[in-house]
Amino acid sequence: MAHAPQSNFENPVVNWIDQRLPIFTMMNKEYGSFPTPRNFNYFWNFGALAMFVLVTMIVSGIFLAMHYTNNTAMAFDSVERIMRDVNWGWMIRYIHANGASMFFIVVYIHIFRGIYYGSYKAPRELIWIFGVIILLLMMGTAFMGYVLPWGQMSFWGATVITNLFSAIPVVGESIVTLLWGGFSVDNPTLNRFFALHYLLPFVLLAVVVLHVAALHIAGSNNPLGIEPKGPQDTLPFHPYYTTKDIFGLTIFLIFFASFVFFAPNMLGHPDNYIPADPLVTPAHIVPEWYFLPFYAILRSITFSIGLPFTDVVLIDAKLGGVLAMFGSIAILFVLPWLDNSPVRSARFRPIFRWWVLLCLVPSFFMLGYAGGKPAEQPYVLIGQLGTVMYFAFFLLLPIIGRIEKPLPLPASIANPVLGGNAATAK
Amino acid sequence: MADTMHAGDGQTRRDFIYLAGAAMGGVGAAAALWPFIHSLNPAADTLALATIEVDLAPIQPGQAIKAMWRGKPVFIRNRTQEEIDTARAVPTAELIDPQPDQARVKEGKDNWLVLVGVCTHLGCIPLGTSSGESKGDFGGWFCPCHGSHYDTSGRIRKGPAPLNLPVPEYAFLTDTRVKIG
Repeated sequence: MAHAPQSNFENPVVNWIDQRLPIFTMMNKEYGSFPTPRNFNYFWNFGALAMFVLVTMIVSGIFLAMHYTNNTAMAFDSVERIMRDVNWGWMIRYIHANGASMFFIVVYIHIFRGIYYGSYKAPRELIWIFGVIILLLMMGTAFMGYVLPWGQMSFWGATVITNLFSAIPVVGESIVTLLWGGFSVDNPTLNRFFALHYLLPFVLLAVVVLHVAALHIAGSNNPLGIEPKGPQDTLPFHPYYTTKDIFGLTIFLIFFASFVFFAPNMLGHPDNYIPADPLVTPAHIVPEWYFLPFYAILRSITFSIGLPFTDVVLIDAKLGGVLAMFGSIAILFVLPWLDNSPVRSARFRPIFRWWVLLCLVPSFFMLGYAGGKPAEQPYVLIGQLGTVMYFAFFLLLPIIGRIEKPLPLPASIANPVLGGNAATAK
Repeated sequence: MADTMHAGDGQTRRDFIYLAGAAMGGVGAAAALWPFIHSLNPAADTLALATIEVDLAPIQPGQAIKAMWRGKPVFIRNRTQEEIDTARAVPTAELIDPQPDQARVKEGKDNWLVLVGVCTHLGCIPLGTSSGESKGDFGGWFCPCHGSHYDTSGRIRKGPAPLNLPVPEYAFLTDTRVKIG
C-alpha cells in the first residue's frame, strides 16, 4: 500500500476495517457527504428505484429458481406448484412477474428524465451509454424470463423473437438453429434461456456499478441542466436525498404492491396459463407490454426497400422490420452526438422541449398502442406513423440544435436569473 | 444537520422520528423477509406426502421390509417370539439409550417393530432388514458406515451412535395395516 488512510470512526471495529479497506470512508464520501445538486425534482428518484427493483428481482428470482424445474415436461407444472404449494410462492412469483413490469416503468421514466433534462450530454455520455447497455440487458433478461413458465405465450414469444434472427441474410437460419440448439424451440432452448436468465442480471448489476461509478465522477445532472458552482448549489446526499429516495420508494412500493396483491395478472397475458403447445399458435400473440413499442416498429416495416423502378430488392420487409427495431435502441447510443445543443435542460430549449413532449412521448405511446393490437388497419398505420415520429425525433435533433435559440440560463442553481427561484425557473 | 427543536434536553423530536422510522422500517423488512424464508420450508405437496399406509399381510415372522416415508426408509419387522424375548431379557440399565422394548412397540402388537431406518450417528442406512445382510452382534441391525450395532428392538448396543433408532408416529388401522406419520 502506498499510504495508510486516516479513519476517524467512533466504532473501533468500523475504524479497524476502514484502515485496512476504506469502504466506510468510501460509502460516506459517495452516499453521505456526496455533494448533490439541491434542486432535484422527483424525476431524480427513479435511478434509486431502478436499483431497488433490480435487487428485488434478483432476490425473488433466486428464491423462485430454488423451486423451478428447468425441463419442458415439468416447467409449467413446477410454476403451478410454486403458485399453489410452495409457502408464499404465489407472492414471490407475483413480485417477480410484476417486478419486471415495474422495472420497465421505472427505467422508461428514468430514460425520459435523461432525455428531457439532457443528462446524456458531456461529460455524462458514458453514463448514458452504460444505461443503454443496461436497457438491452434488461430486455434480453425479461424476454428469456418470460419463456421459463413454458406457457403458450412463452413458447410462441420465444419462437417469434428467435426467428427475428432468421432475417439476417445468408447466415440467418444457421444462427436461429444455433440459438435453439435444435430445429425448433425445445428443451435445449429452455435450458440455455434459464442459464442466461440467471446470469444476465448479474452482468446487468456489474454494468449498473459502472453506470453509478461514472455518475459519481461527473456528478448528477439536475432540472436546470447547469453544473453546481459551489457548496451553495449542493446538499449532502445524506440525509437530504436518502430521505427523498425513501419517500419516493414508499410511494412506489404502494404502487408495486397494489399490482402484486390486487391485480397480479393485469399486466400479463392469460394465454400464458395454457401449457406450451408446439402445434397451436394463440390467435393473438403479443409480447409483454414493455416490448410493445418495439414490436410495433418491427411490424411497421410492411414494405421492401429496393432500387427505384427496378425489381431489385435490397432489404425485404422482414429484414427491414428487424433492422428498424434494433435501430430504435441503437440510435440511443448516438443520442449524445445527435443532440448538438450545448444547453442540457429542456426548460431552456423552447423547440426541443415540445419536440420531446409532442413527438417522442406520443410516438412511444402510439407504438405501444399499435403493438398491442392485431396487425390490421388502422393499427398498422398508427404504428407506422409512430415509427416515423420516433426516428424523426432523433434524426432531426442536429437541425433543432442549430435553429433553436435557447432561453438564458440562470447564473447558478442557487441564484437563477429568472424569478429568483431555481425551482420554478422555466 | 442543525437541530432547531428542543436542543436543550438532548432528546429531540428528530431523534424520536429517526428511531421510530428506523424501527418501522426494521419491522417492515423483517415482515418482507419472512415469506422468503418460509418459502424454503416444506411445500403443501411435500407435506401432503408425509403420511403413508403399509400393508403388513405379506411380512412373515422373522422378515422385515423397508418402506419409504418422508424420503427416508422405515423398517417394519415382524419379530419372532425369540427375538422379542431376547430384546426384553436385557436389563434396561445396560443400554446406551435406556428404553424398554415395550415402550417401542404397540401393546398387543409386540411382534411388529416399526423404526425410522436412519443410523442416529451420521445418517447412513443400517443393514439387517433384507435377508442375507449382516444383522450385527445383537441380531438387529448393523450400520456399515461406522460400525453401530442395534438389537432386535432397534436399540443402540455398540458403536458410535448415541441413540436408539427412532420409532415414528404410527397407528394400526386394521390388524394388517398401519398408517405411518
